[in-house]
Amino acid sequence: MKALYDFSYLTSAIHEWLSSFLSPNGVLITEMILVGIAFMLFFAVLGLVLVYAERKVSAFFQQRLGPMRVGKWGTAQTIADVIKLLMKEPVINREADRFLFNLAPYIIMIAAFMAMAALPFAKGLQALDFDIGILYVAAVSSLGVIGILLAGWSSNNKYSLIGAMRAGAQIISYELSVALSLLTIVVLTGSLQLSVIVESQADGWWIFKGHIPAMIAFLIFLIASTAETNRGPFDLAEAESELTAGFHTEYSGMKFAFFFLAEFANMFIVSAIGATVFLGGWMPLHIGNWQGFNAIMDYIPPIFWFFGKVSFMIFLMMWFRWTFPRLRIDQLLTLEWKYLLPINLVNILVMAFIGLVGWHF
Amino acid sequence: MGTSALIFYILSAVMILSAIAAVTARRILRAAVYLLFALGGTAAIYFMVDYYFLAAVQLIVYAGGIVVLIIFSILLTTHINEKLELPRWSKISATFSLTAVGFAITTYVLTAQSFTTGTGTFADATVGLIGERMLAYGEGGYVLPFEVISILLLAALVGAIVIAKRNPPAS
Repeated sequence: MKALYDFSYLTSAIHEWLSSFLSPNGVLITEMILVGIAFMLFFAVLGLVLVYAERKVSAFFQQRLGPMRVGKWGTAQTIADVIKLLMKEPVINREADRFLFNLAPYIIMIAAFMAMAALPFAKGLQALDFDIGILYVAAVSSLGVIGILLAGWSSNNKYSLIGAMRAGAQIISYELSVALSLLTIVVLTGSLQLSVIVESQADGWWIFKGHIPAMIAFLIFLIASTAETNRGPFDLAEAESELTAGFHTEYSGMKFAFFFLAEFANMFIVSAIGATVFLGGWMPLHIGNWQGFNAIMDYIPPIFWFFGKVSFMIFLMMWFRWTFPRLRIDQLLTLEWKYLLPINLVNILVMAFIGLVGWHF
Repeated sequence: MGTSALIFYILSAVMILSAIAAVTARRILRAAVYLLFALGGTAAIYFMVDYYFLAAVQLIVYAGGIVVLIIFSILLTTHINEKLELPRWSKISATFSLTAVGFAITTYVLTAQSFTTGTGTFADATVGLIGERMLAYGEGGYVLPFEVISILLLAALVGAIVIAKRNPPAS
């Protein structure tokens, strides 16, 4: 029961058990493999759950029921979809660059895996805890765009190429706003390490402690991270009606599923980073020094807090997608370079002033 | 052989092979991808020696920045069916001999230097320490080089804008 509140009990128990019959090298290799398997399983479950959630949310926004036939309330629908995708024939365009065509989905998946490894899921449940946390996540998530560009080019299809160029321009532009809005909070935490950022919110989440600049930063983060993951209303990289799905038009079967899975994984990653930096990560809702209130909140295990906050962020992103109309490419770039970026820079200055004077809680 | 030595040899093999592939590939975009692997391997080695900051910078600047820029310009300028012509033998042999000389010099310097295992304590290269050193002006501070480089970058940016700016239409 204690392990549910602090996962280091569980991980150290596994470590001691492995050390009892393996050499230190063996323990290291076994633990690497175990962590890898855990993340792969998590990826698979995440894909299943998020695809189902997206279909249900979109259905409810359009006053439909969504998938209802397979399993109770259609819960087994995505499993059926996975089986269908696994059995499909992988078609490769004859004029495509086969090596790059096959490589592209893996680059996107690797970038998503590397970013996922740094997320603090709960107390003591974090695979990589660098002192450069946020910088690391920004660095590895910028690798994903290479996969998209390669996919669009190697398909040898003009629609794919246009889609890839749009996606590239969009991701590179909006990365700036995502990073700067996170930096606004880093001004107050004084550390880039994700576990330290979570611990610093033990007396209240930064979105409340940082006053108005923190809320502005949170809004900018929401807009920019929606754009960075190529989701609606910024999904013009894969605009079905103009580009026939953009950079992954020529992909079929499991390779198509990899792009799909990576999109949902990236949505999870940006939601988790937003929840960690602005909403306290796995830290329960604490208010200053209200001892009784804080103690009651501590009864809910951290892992439920984390996944609750991430689900809230994911629901917000799905809400955006199914309510707003798509932007044009010039509107998209104007929004970033003429509005979000200047607001962001001023916001950081205001936040630095607040941090210096000590007006934050 | 320990685990870290094993990982080091695997990384080095990947880096060397992809570096060779990057200069021998006939398709320009493939060459860029092999270059990405070589740069990623360098970042991985920085991660191995616990220098996380430099590793992340290597990923952001080289893999996420420069390679993306190279790929963008390739996407805009070349067609997928284009293959690079094989260079003439005179060029190949000249390049090869130059590389051999460089390799020989590096190997000589590395073997002539006697490396000793340090016993003192090492400063932990945390982001905080790097930031403080970057802005310090006393002993061991780097604020002057930092500012000089930022002025150089500013000059480069202004220059790029001046070059890219269209001349006003003659009326």
